[in-house]
Amino acid sequence: MRSLQRFFARLSNLAARGRADRRLREEMDEHLAQQTADNLRAGMSTAEAHRQAVLKFGAVEAIREEYLTELSLPFIWTLSQDLRYALRQLAASPGFASIVILTIALGIGATTAIYSVVDAVLLHPLPYPQPEQLVRIENDFPGIGARDVFLSVPEWKDFERSGIFQYVAPERSGSVNVTGSSQPTRIQFKSVAANYFALLDVKPELGRVFDPNDPAPGFNLEVVISDGLWKRDFGADPHILGKTLRLDNDPYHVVGVMPPDFHDQGRTTDIRNTEIWAACGFSSLPSPPPARGARRLRTAIARLKPGLTVAAAQSRLDVLVASLRRQFPADYPPESAWTVRLLSLGDTVIGNVRQPLLLLMGAVVMVLLITCVNVANLLLARASARGREMAIRQALGAPRLRLIRQLLTESLLLSLLGGIAGLAILFFTRKLLLQMIPAALPRLNDISINWTVLLFALGVSVLAGVFFGLAPALQASRQDPIHVLRQEGRGSKGSKSQTWTLSALVVTEFALSLVLLIAAGLLLHSFWDLFKVRLGFDPENVIAVKLWLPAPNDPNTDIYGTPSHQAQFVRELLRRGQSLPGVKEIAVGSSGSIPLNHDNNLFPLVLEGSTTRSNLPHQVEGSSVTPEYFQLLGIPLLRGRIFTETDVENAPTVALVNEAFARTWWPYDDPIGKRMKLGRAADSWTTVVGVVTNARTESLENANIPQIYLSSWQRTDKDLAIFLRGRLDPAKLPQQVRAVVQSLNNELPVFGAKRLPDVVSGSLEQRRFSMEMVLLFALTALLLAGIGVYGTISYIVSGRTRDIGIRIALGAQRKTILQMVLNQGLTLALAGAAVGLVGALIVSHLMAGLLYGVSPSDPLTFISLTAVLVIVALAACYIPARRAMRVDPIVALREA
Amino acid sequence: MVLKTLDLLGPLHGYGIARRIEQISGDLLAVNQGTLYPLLLKLEHEGAIASDWGTSENNRRARFYRLTRAGHQQLQTETRDWEQTAAIIARFFDVKGEDLS
Repeated sequence: MRSLQRFFARLSNLAARGRADRRLREEMDEHLAQQTADNLRAGMSTAEAHRQAVLKFGAVEAIREEYLTELSLPFIWTLSQDLRYALRQLAASPGFASIVILTIALGIGATTAIYSVVDAVLLHPLPYPQPEQLVRIENDFPGIGARDVFLSVPEWKDFERSGIFQYVAPERSGSVNVTGSSQPTRIQFKSVAANYFALLDVKPELGRVFDPNDPAPGFNLEVVISDGLWKRDFGADPHILGKTLRLDNDPYHVVGVMPPDFHDQGRTTDIRNTEIWAACGFSSLPSPPPARGARRLRTAIARLKPGLTVAAAQSRLDVLVASLRRQFPADYPPESAWTVRLLSLGDTVIGNVRQPLLLLMGAVVMVLLITCVNVANLLLARASARGREMAIRQALGAPRLRLIRQLLTESLLLSLLGGIAGLAILFFTRKLLLQMIPAALPRLNDISINWTVLLFALGVSVLAGVFFGLAPALQASRQDPIHVLRQEGRGSKGSKSQTWTLSALVVTEFALSLVLLIAAGLLLHSFWDLFKVRLGFDPENVIAVKLWLPAPNDPNTDIYGTPSHQAQFVRELLRRGQSLPGVKEIAVGSSGSIPLNHDNNLFPLVLEGSTTRSNLPHQVEGSSVTPEYFQLLGIPLLRGRIFTETDVENAPTVALVNEAFARTWWPYDDPIGKRMKLGRAADSWTTVVGVVTNARTESLENANIPQIYLSSWQRTDKDLAIFLRGRLDPAKLPQQVRAVVQSLNNELPVFGAKRLPDVVSGSLEQRRFSMEMVLLFALTALLLAGIGVYGTISYIVSGRTRDIGIRIALGAQRKTILQMVLNQGLTLALAGAAVGLVGALIVSHLMAGLLYGVSPSDPLTFISLTAVLVIVALAACYIPARRAMRVDPIVALREA
Repeated sequence: MVLKTLDLLGPLHGYGIARRIEQISGDLLAVNQGTLYPLLLKLEHEGAIASDWGTSENNRRARFYRLTRAGHQQLQTETRDWEQTAAIIARFFDVKGEDLS
């Protein structure tokens, strides 16, 4: 307590110290004057009187200093002294200061930029209260190799009653036709349990959310809309509540508007941009209550009871699942090994961006380290130039710790200035930088420069300052002043330990940049392989446009309810579309047939003669298409036939499969004529009539995904895509297609027109982004390492001018000198490369998941990039080496 | 000592205090007079003494220090403390060998 009091008193003294100092001086002067007067009176001479007075009084300055130290906080006093001195030092060499500050600014700016992304995406993936309580529930049947299969309504109710969760909410995402405004639109839509918003614990900005205890079994015809939709389509109408929206021709009324910062959770960007939510009981009265085996609920999320960890909840859930398995052996046969997994909701939202982001963070930290090492190198070189100053200070009695402190203050000042500059650059370029980030990144909208990010930047600046300041500070303070002062003015000034520190720093730099180079090389290799991969289909000159046929809640009002009705519409659409300008070919398919759309279009699959139980099917990627689809996309038929005009509603159901499908399920038999069931057991058999080649329409990385194609004439898929090939005008085409579609039915929205080549390159966007960033970081690192080795070798050469002069005078060949210096650089580069190769091997295996078509220890990449590094090192050494070679012995020796 | 001097002689300026201490200690205490001033300032800062401008005996403007109420109290506590300490030390010196046996 006392010491705290003293602390504050001293703190206040800081301001008053000038006044106190003046007082003290006045008093002391007064005392001396009086003493002198007394002495004079005692008969001394003027000079003697003054001398005796001063002698009696003691050392004026020492007393004063002691008093001032006593009065204030020596720490802050010294700090402000050091700071003032450091500022003067920087002002004295503005060139040096600006280079250092700029280097640090780049390092810290880049690190902070990536950190702000990591902070939003990885550290705060869910913008809801108590996000740690939120989980996703997934049903697995590991016994039959089925993961993440759907849930059934009785299972949902079981989970709700289990006492493990506060709420459990199934959800189903899709899109819906909204009519009533000027142009029918397609809106991302989610049917959710009534407790959905209560579960997420979010409040609307207007109106209310659904009543969590709403018992309505089907849709209760209430919707909540997003702020974006409200502002865009309704002009932020304050009387929106109670208004009616027609969704797929059914009337719903708006009960609430979510706030602008609310974003839905989900695995895809589309889902996260949901704009309409409708409450649903997931069962309806006229139909019988849903059976346990009827798995219709795509996904479910839940909020755990407070205080329950995911692990604890999982173990309690395992007990529940075991008892349900005993209770319903028919629905959960032992061989299926039914389990239920709880996944942290945040993790499922982050999905597969965690690894690339961590890679980027690692890469940028390495660049930061390299910048620090470079700055340390610069400071070291400067420290040796200031060796004399340090030596004099030491000779005058400055303690070593005090010198280190002063030098550290200088480096901290540099790094903080650098940090501020970095943040400033970041702040002014943030819009540009955000555009570079792939749109598919979760929480993209929430990336900002907030307090956490600022704090991070500050922390990094301080750490960097200590990191790059410590070595030069220790180095400078370790010098022997006598030695330095005596040496000053002579040729060789580089002490052995100094050279050693410099070399160690350069080796570190090389090692780090090699790791980055190899990581970038492997990513580039993967990207290139994927870019050049044989697609198996031809996207050139193809545009796909989406269309949605409404699915009203009452099937009797659906004018496209039967395959025949829908086929009539589609045929007419094809006929009219064919006459559009530039169109050579046209086809229609379900939206799942759009290449690389990243939707899951899984069909439950039961093969004839297979022993799998009907309610636990395998799953297969499938879509429905018109016969022209294969010709248009250039997917050749291998055997059998394409669909014909006779494969219609009442004819036997037929399917085409791809090679991967045939090889997976019938490796030894002819697939033609084989039968299977898609969907429920009650459905009729589907016969395979043909096999087409594998096309990478599901994933660029994997050509061997089994796929099945059904005939559009036999199905009623609501989500349609129109494919057009020819010399098309991408700007005008959507409007032309809309005109054609609406000439058939003016309530149908036409949306999502995309050129297929863009779709293909877009699916590489995330890869391209991380590849480009790592490449950029690696090149920066290489450049910095080159500068680093150049500086170090120059420094060593300039320190050895005399030595080289003597050698030349004694008859050494100039070539030998050149070689000697280059050798020195080469040794550093090779040492760095050796360390770097080990690091790169570790890193490349950690990022194996991001690679495609290249092994993590690809010898070609490793060897060629090591060679690049060595060449850069040699090139950087060449300039100082030439300077060494040209040393004029006479000049060198005379100067020394 | 400063407090006691001020207590005995009333308000005094710095030089005067220094002279008094010199006199009272009978020139036995040969400290640098300079150290007196930081002490005065410190005591003033702590509130034990206060200062005013005044005119010294030989007509010079000088700062006169006087004891405050807090200073009186401090003097009393310190006197007591010192007497106690002195008494304890004195007892140690008074002790003779046979007293302990």
